[in-house]
Amino acid sequence: MAKYKTEPLKLWNKAKEIRLQYYKNYAEAHEKGGLRWVGGAWTFDAVPAGLGDDVYSLTSEPYGASIAYDKKFALECQEAIEKVGYARDLCAYMRNYWGSVLLDKYAFGGPFPKPDFIWQDHICCSHAKWYQTVSELEGGIPMYCVDVSVGPYPPFGEMTPEKIDYVAGQLLDGIEWLEKVTGRTFDDEKFIEACWNDFRSTHTWAKICQLNENIPAPLDEKSMYSLYVLATLQKSWKVVADFYDELYEEVKERVERGIAAVANEQCRVMTDTQPPWAFLKIFRYMEQYGCVSVGSLYTWGLEGMWVYDEKEGRLYPRPMPDHKPRDREEACRMLADWHLQKPEYQHFYSPEYKSKMMIAIAKQAKLNGVILHYNRGCEGLSLGIAENRLAIQKAGFPVMTFEGNMGDEREFDEERTKQRIDAFMETLGVKRVEN
Amino acid sequence: MIEMFQEWYENRHDYARNWKEKTGGKVLGYFCTYVPEEILYAAGVLPVRILGSHEPQNVTEPHIFGMYCPFCRDCLAQGLQGRFDYLDGIMISQSCLHIRQAYTSWQLHIPVPFSYYLPMPHNVQSPRAIPYLTAELKRFKEAVEEWTGKEITDQDLRRGIEIVNRNRRLMEEIYEARKEDNPQITGLEAMYMVVSSQMTDKEEHSRILEDVLQELPKRNLDNEDKVRLMILGSEDDDTEFVRMVEGLDAIFVVDDHCTGSRYFQGLVEPNGDPLQAIARRYVQRVPCPTKDWPERTRTRHCLQLAKDWNVQGAILVQQKFCDPHELDFPMQKKTLEDDGIKTLILEFDVTVPVGQFRIRVEAFLEMLREEDLF
Repeated sequence: MAKYKTEPLKLWNKAKEIRLQYYKNYAEAHEKGGLRWVGGAWTFDAVPAGLGDDVYSLTSEPYGASIAYDKKFALECQEAIEKVGYARDLCAYMRNYWGSVLLDKYAFGGPFPKPDFIWQDHICCSHAKWYQTVSELEGGIPMYCVDVSVGPYPPFGEMTPEKIDYVAGQLLDGIEWLEKVTGRTFDDEKFIEACWNDFRSTHTWAKICQLNENIPAPLDEKSMYSLYVLATLQKSWKVVADFYDELYEEVKERVERGIAAVANEQCRVMTDTQPPWAFLKIFRYMEQYGCVSVGSLYTWGLEGMWVYDEKEGRLYPRPMPDHKPRDREEACRMLADWHLQKPEYQHFYSPEYKSKMMIAIAKQAKLNGVILHYNRGCEGLSLGIAENRLAIQKAGFPVMTFEGNMGDEREFDEERTKQRIDAFMETLGVKRVEN
Repeated sequence: MIEMFQEWYENRHDYARNWKEKTGGKVLGYFCTYVPEEILYAAGVLPVRILGSHEPQNVTEPHIFGMYCPFCRDCLAQGLQGRFDYLDGIMISQSCLHIRQAYTSWQLHIPVPFSYYLPMPHNVQSPRAIPYLTAELKRFKEAVEEWTGKEITDQDLRRGIEIVNRNRRLMEEIYEARKEDNPQITGLEAMYMVVSSQMTDKEEHSRILEDVLQELPKRNLDNEDKVRLMILGSEDDDTEFVRMVEGLDAIFVVDDHCTGSRYFQGLVEPNGDPLQAIARRYVQRVPCPTKDWPERTRTRHCLQLAKDWNVQGAILVQQKFCDPHELDFPMQKKTLEDDGIKTLILEFDVTVPVGQFRIRVEAFLEMLREEDLF
């Protein structure tokens, strides 16, 4: 008999529907007289919202991951881009995305819908260059990119007014640029509302993840991928912010009723970096040991907004701002300040900061061990991962590593990874659960 | 006289130790050429660039995942092996993610009294970049003052600017001389010259440069009939490769490397606030690919170099796993080839397979010379 009760999420299908609607909206935008833009999952998507309600986006990383899930199409994309001279060790999402453009095939059917403009941000070396190439492949799409690499946020560093000015200033210049390339007048009210939705989505997602500190964990990481993705698509979309409010209530209720994601939970781990998307079944394999991954700094902090308390060594969701922005300038400054605290930005300046946050999760979520994906597909999130391993081990948590690639299956060995999981479980003293 | 550059390059650690002993000053190791050396010279600190040793090593595996470039691992290895044990400080100015890991792991495992991460802006094409960098340079100057216990005045900064500018002007002059039909300095000598300027006191280096400029017209190298090549791409101080190519009746006449022209091109225009003047130079210098967006300026720049130095072919050096340059190469190659300049791309590791590369370079040179095989 199972140790805990379990049941599917009631909002599961709704999450899937929102995701599909998002990709459909982008593809059909022109038919409705609207605009299409592309940019990264971390871009300030609240800004183009000021151009009107008929402006739809396609964010690059989730799109690259969607392609990765389809091994055959992913390989087709990768080979297409290698043929024109790009190296196969570059970001796997980027190569998938470029291949899709080059082949003129949209992962959700039909030709690749050409964007009207590019609205990107930059912290990883590949971010701006990704879209520089997209612009060229598409014959010269206008591109704007905001540099956010101003150094770590407190407590890891100091956030001076000049740093905020630099990012907010680029956003203000970007608004003028958007008006120029689209010929539309920017609506500050719509922008402010989108900013508020962005704060809501990223604040609430952190609160949802925090619920996974409970035993049993109400969510498993494999399922969380289908939920956090909505914030990577469009965190400033009201539909997403409202969905996370609903989801928070459902997950909270699961905690109250003791509903587990994994019925025989007996071992709790977290992972790191994007998973090998075509092989999510490794999470099901871990469940044979009653092992649940409660998330990662990646799922919790890629879009979720957290505060790290240096004194306590704890992470908690960043509280909502105490007021809505009152004008365009304030909205840009608040948006900059909010996102510069993103947990997944901090390790770009030192692995030490990420190690501290990971150790905080490991303690708060009462973990037995940590599984690190040495992800050859992402130079940004694998940055400093070897140092994270050393620091987490030093903090007393056993660590397993496996090499792979989030988007290029040629660099992932499924059987070898399962064997490593077997060995790791043995090290932790965890036995397979009899069904 | 020109041999001094090679001697300094090969004995860089002895040089730094001697300098310290002689002057009693502090030595700071840096990881990227966006570091504003002017401020360090103003403070009386000797900045030396941390480069690898081109030897296989087994000490970095626990610290840097193998998907990052061999160069950054080679640099960290130097620290872990204790070869830079004389450093008083380290710093990096924000550029690529790879070399950043050499800095952060060094910071964690080889503690020194001073370490500084300068968040050099990436969006150098934005009008916001100069005011922002000026503010960051002010913070950096204050940190150096606290470290050295000595105020850095505007006069000190102007002196620092002049020391670095003079060195840049002199190297620029020597590069100009490479435009001649019969260049009197080889690519290998030029490589030693620039790289050694990154690891020696620039005032001393500049004195040798002045002597070399006097000496060049008196030299009698027979380079007139050699194939004129350009070399560009990732960090490159691979002297063995350059020596091999130049032994095949070819000569490198210009480059675009951060260990070459990209390091010294562009002066600080010392008008107004010295920190703003320094910021302007670093924002407007020929960019590293990590900062060359949204417009591509490097491709045009490299093409112009090729034209101005009358280049017949270009060798593109790809440091293994170097994402920033991998992102530029297809367009670099296309731009050069559309203008009739043939290219050869080679992937470099810490050590170079000279024999294999020799065969490829010979084939490339045969093509450039349009030689008949039979």
